[in-house]
Amino acid sequence: MTDRILDPLALPAAAPPQDPALGGAKEASSGPWATAWRRLRRDRGAMVALAVLCLVALACAAAPLYASAVSGTNPFATNLNGEVTIDGTAQPVLAPSTTGLGLGVTPIGPTWAFGPYMLGADNQGRDVAARMLYGGRNSLLIAGAATLLTLVFAVAIGLLCGFFGGIVDGVLNRVLDVLWAFPIYLLAISLSIVLIAEGLTIGPIDIRAGSLWLPIAIIGVVYVPYVARPIRGQTLSLMRSEFIAAAIALGVPPWRIFVKDLLPNIMPRVIVLVPILLALNMITESSLSFLSIGVQPPDASWGTIIQDGQGLLYSRPIVALAPGLAVALTVLCLNILGDGVRDAFDPRAKVRIA
Amino acid sequence: MLFAILSRLGRLVFVMFGISVVVFLIFFATPGSDPAARIAGRNASPETLAQVRQSFGLDQPLPVQYAVMMKRLFVTQDLTSFVNRGQKVVPAVIKAIPVTLSLVLGAAVLWVIGGLIVGVAAAATRGGWTDRSLMALSLVGVSMPVFWVGEVMNLLSQSRLHHTFLFSWVPPLGYKPLLTDPAGWFKALVIPWVTLAILYIGLYGRILRADLIETMQEDFVRTARAKGLPESRILLRHGVRSSLIAFVTMFGLDFGALIGGGALLTEVVFGLRGVGKLTYDALQTLDLPVILTTVLYASFFVVAANALVDALYAVVDPRVRRAG
Repeated sequence: MTDRILDPLALPAAAPPQDPALGGAKEASSGPWATAWRRLRRDRGAMVALAVLCLVALACAAAPLYASAVSGTNPFATNLNGEVTIDGTAQPVLAPSTTGLGLGVTPIGPTWAFGPYMLGADNQGRDVAARMLYGGRNSLLIAGAATLLTLVFAVAIGLLCGFFGGIVDGVLNRVLDVLWAFPIYLLAISLSIVLIAEGLTIGPIDIRAGSLWLPIAIIGVVYVPYVARPIRGQTLSLMRSEFIAAAIALGVPPWRIFVKDLLPNIMPRVIVLVPILLALNMITESSLSFLSIGVQPPDASWGTIIQDGQGLLYSRPIVALAPGLAVALTVLCLNILGDGVRDAFDPRAKVRIA
Repeated sequence: MLFAILSRLGRLVFVMFGISVVVFLIFFATPGSDPAARIAGRNASPETLAQVRQSFGLDQPLPVQYAVMMKRLFVTQDLTSFVNRGQKVVPAVIKAIPVTLSLVLGAAVLWVIGGLIVGVAAAATRGGWTDRSLMALSLVGVSMPVFWVGEVMNLLSQSRLHHTFLFSWVPPLGYKPLLTDPAGWFKALVIPWVTLAILYIGLYGRILRADLIETMQEDFVRTARAKGLPESRILLRHGVRSSLIAFVTMFGLDFGALIGGGALLTEVVFGLRGVGKLTYDALQTLDLPVILTTVLYASFFVVAANALVDALYAVVDPRVRRAG
């Protein structure tokens, strides 16, 4: 009892799988999925957010094109002594610093023209705009892959717990308990510091140090309990329903009950979680990269660029501002989309993670 | 009731034990490398490695290593760093706690008040102009990475607008002890407080609004309306009170999580030498004993905070007491 109330994601008891009250009488004939999609498409805010997200993803996917055709520099190689021609005059990419103690260098500022150094250079003379696009690729990739990983594990664990109950549930649930009580950033830090330098080898899985799979695995793992718990709760309440009892009585094999009966009924909840998890993973990725335990140099992500910009904050603030804005915009769109998806698929879901 | 408390305590102990085992396994039994090399830090000499092996009992079986580790952490508290030679770790962590507490407590006051105001104002003007702009702002607030907000704050208050009347009072980054310099303490922490609170004001405002709107459709609210009570009184006395339980739960969990490491990013950006900054510095030098200590102490704190919320819950809501 206490347990359910304490879990901020807890379900309000057994929600009937498909609520007739949600779709109007007119829509009810076309099935719950079509109804939900139609409702989502009518949500103008969510559609705009989706469009912006697609644009961001497209722009990031075009990173190599931008680097070769527009910026014309290698965004991963240092360019300490390079020069660039702006308005007909040649300027060094890195000029000796004139502010403060006069130590270090001030990279070239943003030109705001569609060409080399549109957003200026970082302290190694690399094109910030090109790095932003490459970094966005990594940020989106990590967030997406980590979300997938979390969902696969969480759905599997939640279903197993709810279906088999007894000792399976007891053991898995205790493990979730422990992980749930573990502060997310501390768990991520512990895993990163051990893994980041040497990589990880377990049996056939061999992740090299500096690989993108490390942050994906770490971020994917830390959120599993937050998703697995509500799914377990929902599975438990489904197991008490008559159609499952009937299926068991008819001797339907467990895997079939999993696939045909349980999975479709927890799917709305899972779909509602997708944009939220993506948003959360974007933030987590950028935070870990900012702490230098996420994406490793020379690779970029929006988090690592913010970190690069920290040393230039007062002289060239754009280096830190631009990637932060990119993260905020993407996460904002994901949150708007998340609200829309919730309203369309499972309006009574109370979703909040971390 | 007694049974409920005992089973709760049992679970608490189990979770703490579980966490310590997980941390221990992560640090000492991850396949692929030598734990002694990890503990000793970068480029350690063979003598240091031998010393580490000996003092952590690394040549003995894992359960013994676990026992040695826990004893050194909690009983003798003599764990030392190998990166900063001889620095005792546990006292260093304890010294950093007031900084983290100051940061999180102040931010908590801000976000509870802010969240209440935003949630109630939005629910009261549901669908209206105020509601929509408050919710839009909240959504923006929860979408920005906290360390980036901190950098923007620094940029404005330390550099670009530092000469204007707005931010001329802002002292250089760093922490001032409350007892010796209360005014300095306050000035140094205002901007970090706001930075840390923004996310939670948005979060709590959104959740409180949703909760209030749901509550306002309940039967007892209709009764109150029928009784002729003014709408403002119904919202504040009836609505907010019934949403308070969810609010308290969330607060307990968030507060615990922030003390236990969640405030790390804010501390790093503002150069506040709290537990989070300590962890961050250790991360940069790969100083494993420090990280091990902060992680374990902070996790235990979070678990204790959660248990406290449980207890508070039983005080607030009589139904929980009965259900046991």
